[in-house]
Amino acid sequence: MTPVLEFLQAIPYDQILIQTVNGIVTGMILALIASGLTLIFGIMDVVNFAHGELFMFGAYMGVVVLAATGSFWLALLLATLIVALIGAALQITTLRPLIGRDPLTTILATFGISLVMQNYALWQFGPVARKIQEPFTGQFTLFYLEYPWYRVLIAGLSAAIIGAFWLFLKYGTYGIWIRATTQDRVMAEAMGIPVSWVYTTVFAIGAGMAAASGVLFGPLVGVNHAMGLDWVLKAFIVVVVGGMGNLGGSIAASIFISLLEAYASIWVSPAQAVIVSFVVLILTLLFRPTGLFVPTPK
Amino acid sequence: MSLDPTPMEPLVAVEDVHTYYGKSHILHGVSLHVDRGEVVGLLGRNGVGKSTTLKTIMGLVHPSRGKVLFAGKLVTGLPAHKLARLGIGYVPEDRRIFRLLTVMENLRTGLDRHGITETRKQELLDKAFTYFPVLAERRNQAGGTLSGGEQQMLAIARAMMLEPKIILLDEPTEGLMPRMVSQIREIIEVLHREGVAILLVEQNVPLTLEASQRIYIMEKGAVRHHCAASELKVDDAVVHQYLGV
Amino acid sequence: MNKRSTTIYWTGFSVILALLIVAPLVLSEFWSRFLTEILIWGLLAMSSDILIGYTGMVSFGHSAFFGLGMYGAAAALLMVKPPNLWLAIVYGLVGSAGIALFVAYFSTRLRDIYFAITTLIFSQIFYVIIFTWTDVTGGENGLTFSRPALGIPGLFSVPFSSETLHWFVLAVVTASYLILRRITQSPFGMVLQSIRENEGRTRAIGYAVERYKIVAVMLSGLFAGLAGVLYAIQNRFAAPDFVYFLVSGETVIFNVMGGIGTLVGPIVGAAFFLLLRETFSRFFTEFYLIPVGVIFIAMVIFMPQGLLGFMRRWLNQ
Repeated sequence: MTPVLEFLQAIPYDQILIQTVNGIVTGMILALIASGLTLIFGIMDVVNFAHGELFMFGAYMGVVVLAATGSFWLALLLATLIVALIGAALQITTLRPLIGRDPLTTILATFGISLVMQNYALWQFGPVARKIQEPFTGQFTLFYLEYPWYRVLIAGLSAAIIGAFWLFLKYGTYGIWIRATTQDRVMAEAMGIPVSWVYTTVFAIGAGMAAASGVLFGPLVGVNHAMGLDWVLKAFIVVVVGGMGNLGGSIAASIFISLLEAYASIWVSPAQAVIVSFVVLILTLLFRPTGLFVPTPK
Repeated sequence: MSLDPTPMEPLVAVEDVHTYYGKSHILHGVSLHVDRGEVVGLLGRNGVGKSTTLKTIMGLVHPSRGKVLFAGKLVTGLPAHKLARLGIGYVPEDRRIFRLLTVMENLRTGLDRHGITETRKQELLDKAFTYFPVLAERRNQAGGTLSGGEQQMLAIARAMMLEPKIILLDEPTEGLMPRMVSQIREIIEVLHREGVAILLVEQNVPLTLEASQRIYIMEKGAVRHHCAASELKVDDAVVHQYLGV
Repeated sequence: MNKRSTTIYWTGFSVILALLIVAPLVLSEFWSRFLTEILIWGLLAMSSDILIGYTGMVSFGHSAFFGLGMYGAAAALLMVKPPNLWLAIVYGLVGSAGIALFVAYFSTRLRDIYFAITTLIFSQIFYVIIFTWTDVTGGENGLTFSRPALGIPGLFSVPFSSETLHWFVLAVVTASYLILRRITQSPFGMVLQSIRENEGRTRAIGYAVERYKIVAVMLSGLFAGLAGVLYAIQNRFAAPDFVYFLVSGETVIFNVMGGIGTLVGPIVGAAFFLLLRETFSRFFTEFYLIPVGVIFIAMVIFMPQGLLGFMRRWLNQ
């Protein structure tokens, strides 16, 4: 009995609980990024390699607006709108000409865009990381640690944004247009739905969501030109694990993977904790390639 | 300047249209027209290009040569959604209702558009449910759960929600039971009475001859025969020749 | 191929080969090295073309093959004294073959986009492993080592000079090109192309598509690893940067710019990209990727057949 008790006592419960909260917070941000990505793929069949860069641009726009106006909320709003517009412009100029062509071309085009955007950011803002100030400081006690309210806010806001979008998709007129276009593009067109504008709007929404995550996440890390890279990789893993095009799946996968990584970071360094997501991916691909949370593998 | 009144131009006119699918030359100079409020039948064996003709009118495929006119205006090359807004309704072969959308949502894809009042929307909905009571019953069910005949009703009702001036019907009675076939016949009659023109592609020759005012017969991608429906009988030599019945 | 075009082809080939042989003697040190680098990246791009251009499998994993070839060679050159050229090649090839086997397994179970994303994630996995396993791989700083001598143990040994290294690389790359060309034109190569055109139909005809894909990945991985070995020998260091997925991305850029499915195209693409980089670096310093990236995007949209495809059409007019 004693070895079991010893073992039970050795489990760092407080750390686990803290990491649970951390995992959920990171998971929600990841979910917001991944939602945009899976949406764009599910509806337009486009693998958006530039998604991480839209996230990064959002963060930088947040920095700029914050410096100009001093308001975090204004920064969040404007950054989302600006990047959504940039996304729309990108879709119109580079992705529309590629509709109907081999999907490889969109991967390449968005990869090219990501390179240009990264280097553009490096050129304009330099290599030194910028900081976004949280809108409020203040912490509450979580065991022996002071846990910042802001992190809880991020999780809540992300959930709210995703929820709002889900409602829009389910009930709004444009939501019906989007769903109809996803199911049968040709027939949607024949019903008077302007399909190419639906695509542009979806891309813009996805970009906006990525940008919002960038601003929300900004205060937690430094804002720099390379911040998109790690996130886009994780977002892709999440999207594959959750089932491509599956909104609910990618949210679940985001939280699942983030939790696992948070727990792992109790014992190993964060740089190594990312291996967790890779392992989950490999296991998913081996056993449930259509997605971990997809009910029936087809 | 001529003082003669403009002759009533056809609602839809297709002039010497050539359409390709990749390298396949499907339409070899098709010409036909449909006047306002007319029911016109388009007959022919499988694969002669009847569906392609409808798709060309709808703007779902673009001709490499020739013109498509709607109410006298050149509309060749316009995207399908513009043509739907102009007033062309399309009911394709195999229906293609949105399976994951409910019946209501399917209808809304036609209802939700610019410049239509809520009252009008309700009127159109009521009309749809009156003509197709089955749809009213199943209004919150997903389209994919409907039977073949019900899906056909939905496809037609959906097109009607656009308040089109012409509906392109592609083989509406295919695979349907006789009872449903007569329902389709009734719908065509109702639409005709309301002044909606219909271009009807069908394999069911008797139905087509009964419902239409004029008939075109196609073979190998072109119109080979054109006459009033009254001039044609089911057992005519012409019918035998082109439709191999 | 008819007699006339074969003659034209081999004449052109010999001319270019002759030029490449003479190059180090006439060009400056800088441009000579530049040319050698083009050849090495060209080899990498060629190996990637086997998958992308011929089998129709887009892979972003080539940085893993390349990187492991590089580190494999590094291992040989650091662990075995005196540093042996052929051992380095063998170690490098073994390393990349191992990875290739791993990737090959997944290649048969995933299609298209899933395969592309998975290969990308794999190359990142290796990046993380190499980056964090500092004891073995030198972590962030990589490994440095000395260049082995050209020779056959027991017979002769002569250290590489800039010229001889260039010729060695040229010989390896040319041999690889000829081998790959032979393979792509063989019945095996035809099956690969058939898989690219229509996998379902190829399978229906009776070909064991999985086996062909595995071989294609192995082939691709081996030659990519070879490029990694050459790079290690030329530059005398191995660094995790080369395992980062951006290298894979650049490889794909070479392929697209040059023209996929042509074997020669990717080499041309590599040359074109490196030249663009050289040129734009003068004006944009390290931000050369902005204009080069824009050019790449424009090429994807307007010149999807790549430079070679474009020239072919232009010459045919």
